[in-house]
Amino acid sequence: MTKTSNPAELAAISKRVRRHIVEMIAAAKSGHPGGSLSATELTVTLFFDVMRHDPANPKWADRDHYIIGKGHACPVLYAVMAECGYTPIDQLKTLRQMGSIYQGHPDVRFIPALEASTGSLGQGLSIGLGMACADRLDGRPSRTYVVLGDGEIQEGQVWEAAMFGGNHKVDNIVCIVDYNKIQLDGFVKDIMPLDPLADKWRSFGWHVIEVDGHDIPALQAAFAEAAATKGKPTALLAHTVKGKGVSFMENNPKFHGSAPNADELKLALEELA
Amino acid sequence: MALSTTYELKTGPATRESFGKALVALGHANPNVVVCDADLSKSTYTHLFAKEFPQRFFQCGIAEANMVALGAGLASAGKIPFVASFAAFVINKGFEQLRVTAAYPNVNLKVVGTHSGISIGEDGPSQMSIEDLSLACNLPGFTVFSPADDLSMDRIMHLAAEHFGPVYVRAGRAKAPLIYSTDPGFRIGGSNTLLEGNDVCVLANGLLVAEAIRAAAQLDAEGISVRVVDLYSIKPIDREAIEKASRECGAIVVAEEHLKDTGIGTRVAQVAAETKPCPMEFVGVDNTYAESGTPEGLLQKYGLVATDVVAAIRRVLARK
Repeated sequence: MTKTSNPAELAAISKRVRRHIVEMIAAAKSGHPGGSLSATELTVTLFFDVMRHDPANPKWADRDHYIIGKGHACPVLYAVMAECGYTPIDQLKTLRQMGSIYQGHPDVRFIPALEASTGSLGQGLSIGLGMACADRLDGRPSRTYVVLGDGEIQEGQVWEAAMFGGNHKVDNIVCIVDYNKIQLDGFVKDIMPLDPLADKWRSFGWHVIEVDGHDIPALQAAFAEAAATKGKPTALLAHTVKGKGVSFMENNPKFHGSAPNADELKLALEELA
Repeated sequence: MALSTTYELKTGPATRESFGKALVALGHANPNVVVCDADLSKSTYTHLFAKEFPQRFFQCGIAEANMVALGAGLASAGKIPFVASFAAFVINKGFEQLRVTAAYPNVNLKVVGTHSGISIGEDGPSQMSIEDLSLACNLPGFTVFSPADDLSMDRIMHLAAEHFGPVYVRAGRAKAPLIYSTDPGFRIGGSNTLLEGNDVCVLANGLLVAEAIRAAAQLDAEGISVRVVDLYSIKPIDREAIEKASRECGAIVVAEEHLKDTGIGTRVAQVAAETKPCPMEFVGVDNTYAESGTPEGLLQKYGLVATDVVAAIRRVLARK
């Protein structure tokens, strides 16, 4: 893979990743496009610019770790890992089929380069903190990035983990909240509101950065600020648009967990051309 | 007749204390061993490790779900984490995390539940674990142990650390009678025959091993020859020993400080059904929660002492 810090190149990769996302979910006839599209720039920026990793050596001890707590948004991770060269691009459309490495939720048994099997919401930050603590104990330079859904942080375990991270000053971890304001049953504000979200993380001892989660230079600056923040873990609240990039999916709770049909796929690919 | 071996059954340390000491030994032997506890380190005896290796001890506070998944993360990054709490808390509050972050991805996490059974005594049922072995066995890929005494806990802790994969080890609060004076060998999927006999075989684990030995001694005087097997490896289970017991003794009693309905008895019965069925009886907690009391008083009231094993043996012999 070729890494780049150029925002225009990262934007171009993001567009390819979005095409993969809608194509693979359409082929599977099920899946979660909304939260995959909202997390695209932040995942692309991490893998293609920020993170230390090597697709040719996935278990490199000094690598950075990426965990997607909201495992249902795995199409974005699969597409990005395939673009990096970890896994075959031409098999992305086998998503959710029996025997496919691209399982319905991330499964380390099928893709050993994944850092964790997730899908039961609320567990990713705890796993990430364990990895970050191990790295710190062994003096490795590795950093851990955990992407959580906004609905996901309604899980109590997230706040157990937040308390641990703040108290143990785990400053080699960044918890990214993909704050797209929509969950399965509707808008987060109607289901179980989270605000004041930044204050919540601050009160648990985290350094908080709020950023437009589709603004690549802003994401790059935020990850740099997180890396420079010592003595505290960082919570990156990425304000995003659910379904970003496909007009009829944007801010539409329907596309949290349903696949585009053939006509919708055609429209989506035209918009992502 | 005389018993094939004599057991003094002198009082030894609780297996939680043996666990704590074994952890320190493992900590010295392997720098990758780390420990997590949820504000019970003085009760689980992980404080011994914390004192010796403060950098490698993670105080998680009263938050078991986070602790279990944190342990899975430590394991994924190359550590050998032992996460400990009361069995009732680490297994029940951490169960979903044990399932998704440890069992399903086959992560090298070690889980130790202390204060198992009803012999914790005065604290009562909210703190008593009578379901943990069954729940742990419900996790595909988990290896599950229930050691009976000081030496067996030490050996089993070493087995747990050396094995790659998730492991659950059950420990108790009450002082445990010493069964082993020398190491007969312990292995994953093994058991130890403590007394030879051919009229009936009692398969027991934990505190019930000593009760089974007492029962065998009592019945020996009547000319009843009781084989006693320490079934310390719950999963995988020693199929060979069970089949042999059924074939050679023709009657089996399973004794455990656990719910009878879902405990080791059901697993032993499954193996007997698949290999060589025979009449069986079960000693365990019978579809109820216990109460506060002295450990001795509770074990008596809820049917977990030698006289209960004797009664079960008489029942099963009557059905032979």
